[in-house]
Amino acid sequence: MFSLRTTLTSATRRSAALAAKKPLQQPLALALRSLSTTAPTQTISSLHSLSEDEQMMKDAVSRFARETVQPLVSQMDEAEQMEPSIIKGLFEAGLMSVETPAKYGGSEASFTAAILVIEELAKVDPSVSVLCDVHNTLVNTVFRTYAGQHLKDKYLPMLSEDKLGCFCLSEATSGSDAFALQTRAVKDGDHYVLNGAKMWITNSAEADIFLVFATVDPSLGYKGITCFVVERDMGVQIAKKERKLGIRASSTCQLSFDDVRVPAANVLGEVGKGYKIAIEILNEGRIGIAAQMLGLAQGAFDCALPYLFQRKQFGSYIGDFQGMQHQYAQIAVDIEAARLLTYNAARLKEEGKPFAKEAAMAKLYASQVAERASSRAVEWLGGVGFTRDFPAEKFYRDCKIGAIYEGTSNIQLQTIAKFLSKEYKA
Amino acid sequence: MSSLRILVGVKRVVDSAVKVRVNSAQTGVETANVKHSMNPFDEIAVEEAIRLREKHGKDVVQEIIAVSCGPAKAQETLRTALAMGADRAIHVKTDDNLEPLSVAKLLSKIVGEEKPSLVILGKQAIDDDSNQTGQMLAGLLNWPQATFASKVDIKDGVLEAVREVDGGLETVSSSLPAVVTTDLRLNEPRYASLPNIMKAKKKPLKTVSPADLGVDIRSRLQTLKVTEPAKRQGGKMVASVDELLDKLRNEAKVL
Repeated sequence: MFSLRTTLTSATRRSAALAAKKPLQQPLALALRSLSTTAPTQTISSLHSLSEDEQMMKDAVSRFARETVQPLVSQMDEAEQMEPSIIKGLFEAGLMSVETPAKYGGSEASFTAAILVIEELAKVDPSVSVLCDVHNTLVNTVFRTYAGQHLKDKYLPMLSEDKLGCFCLSEATSGSDAFALQTRAVKDGDHYVLNGAKMWITNSAEADIFLVFATVDPSLGYKGITCFVVERDMGVQIAKKERKLGIRASSTCQLSFDDVRVPAANVLGEVGKGYKIAIEILNEGRIGIAAQMLGLAQGAFDCALPYLFQRKQFGSYIGDFQGMQHQYAQIAVDIEAARLLTYNAARLKEEGKPFAKEAAMAKLYASQVAERASSRAVEWLGGVGFTRDFPAEKFYRDCKIGAIYEGTSNIQLQTIAKFLSKEYKA
Repeated sequence: MSSLRILVGVKRVVDSAVKVRVNSAQTGVETANVKHSMNPFDEIAVEEAIRLREKHGKDVVQEIIAVSCGPAKAQETLRTALAMGADRAIHVKTDDNLEPLSVAKLLSKIVGEEKPSLVILGKQAIDDDSNQTGQMLAGLLNWPQATFASKVDIKDGVLEAVREVDGGLETVSSSLPAVVTTDLRLNEPRYASLPNIMKAKKKPLKTVSPADLGVDIRSRLQTLKVTEPAKRQGGKMVASVDELLDKLRNEAKVL
C-alpha cells in the first residue's frame, strides 16, 4: 500500500501525462480532487442552473420579446425592415450592453446572460436576435477586449446608449477565406484612407459604428490586417441591401469605402493585429449564433406543439398518434442537446477555459437542430404551417443562415477536426 | 410639498400564464416547480409609486420601500420591485400560510416603524382573490382608503384618486397618510431593464420575522377542500324562448 503522498504524486503525474494526450475523464478528475487535501470542495450544478441575475434577465427579456417584439414580427418580415422602435426598445431595456461595464452605461452581466438574451429574442424573432447578437458579442466585446482606453471611453457609452454597431470583415471574394480580404488602408499623415468594398454586413443599414477590417500592406498577407473604427459620417456608403430568404428584417448590405478618411487614433488594437481580433472574436460569436439557432428551434417547437393537441383527425388529437409522438420527442431531444452544448460553451468561456472547439460544436449542432425543428414544425402544422399566417414557415426560412454565417458548417467541422487531431496525434 | 415616503406591498404568486391544477391532497393548487412572479396588481402598485416620484421629483417622494410577506423565495419578487425602481426592501419571512388579516397586521407594524405617508397595494392577489388586505390595513391604522384606484395623484399633501366602482368612476380626496389599492387600468408597469436588475443587487434588503414584529399570524380560517370547477358541458340548442324559459326553470333551476 503506497503512502498517501506517493499515491498523490503518481496520480498527479499520471493525470498530467493523460492531459497531454487527451482531456481528463470527469469521474477521474473528481476522484483526484477528493484525494487532494488542498483542492476546495466544488458544487457542480446542471447546465440548467442560472444565477439569480441571469434568471431575472431571462424573464425580463422573455417578456420584452413577447410584448414588444412579437406584434411586429410578421410585418417586419414582409417589409424586410427592422422597426426603429424595436432597436430603441432594445437599447432602453439595456439589451444592447449586457456585458458592458456599468461605468459605460452597461449591465455588467455575465456572458451567459448575453447568451440568454439572444436565445429569448430568437424564440420570437431571429432577426431581432441577430441584431442584438452582433452588437453584443462582436462589436461591444471587441471594444471591451482589444480597444485602447481612448476608444473605449469614446465608443462604449455610445454603443450602450443608442448607436448600433456592425462587424465588417467579409468581402465578395473573401468569406471563409477571410484573410484574403482586399479592402486597403493607406496611411496619410494622421489618417488612414480606406478603399474597398464589404459584403454581407449585418446591421449595416441602421448602424452608426462600423468595425472595418482592412489591410495596410497586402504584401504582409494576414499580418497586414488592421481593425478600424469607422463612423458612418466619415463616408461609409451602403451600396446594396440584400433581398434574403430569411431573417429578412435584419439588414444585410454591401458597403463601399471610397477614399474614406479615418483618424489614426481609430485603429483598434495594433496595426497588423486585426487578424487576431477577428479569429478570437468569432470564437465567441459562434456561441451567440448557437444561442440564436437554439432560440429559433425552441420557438418553432413551441408554436407547433400546442396545435397537436387542438387538431383532431380520425377522432384523436394528432399529437397522440405514435408517429407524431416519436417525431416531437426526437426534436425535443435534439433541442436539449443543442442547449447543453451552447450553455456549456458559454460557461467554459466564463471560466476562462479553452472553449473554441466546444463553441464550434455548439454552432454546428444548433444550426442543424434549428433546420430539423423548423422543418418538422411546418409539417406538424400541416397546411396552415405552409401559410404565412402561422410563424412556422418564417422559422424555416430563417434557419438556413445558421449553417452559413459566422463560419460555415464545413468550417466548423474543420475547426473541430483540427482540435481533435492535435489531441490524438502522438 | 413636504417629502413623503411610499410603502408598496408585493406578493409572490403563481404566474398568471400557468395552467393551475389542484394538488393531490385537495388542499390547494399545485405550486411546486411552477412558475411564480409578482402579483400583476402589485406590479401596478410599484409602477405607480415610481411614476409619482418621476412626476413630483425625488425631493417630494423621498423613498419607495417594497415589502413582501412570505417564504424565502419572496425575495425574488422584492428584487424585481428594486429593479423596477424601489429604493429598499423589507422581507417578512415566514413559511406559514398567511391570511389577509395577518398580512394587514404585519404591514401595520412595518408602517409603524417606517412611517410612510402612502401605502399602495394591489387590489387583490391573483391566487386567493381576497381583496381584503388594503381595506383591513386601513382599518387597523385608522387611515383613509382609496380602493380600486384607476388614477392617483398627490396635490399639496392631499391624495386624489379616481375609483372604479360598479356605477362608474368615483373621485375621492383624502388627507395623508392613506392606503391606496390599485386596479388594472391605473398604469402599465415598466420592464425592469437589465442594468436596473444588476443595480438592484446593491440595494438594501432587510429580513424580519413575524415574531420580531410581535404579530400572531395563526390562521383563523381552515381550508376544508379545494376542487376543480365542474367540466364545461356542451351547450344545447333551443327552438323558442318558451323552451328556453322552461329549461332554465326546470332543468338548470336558476329561475
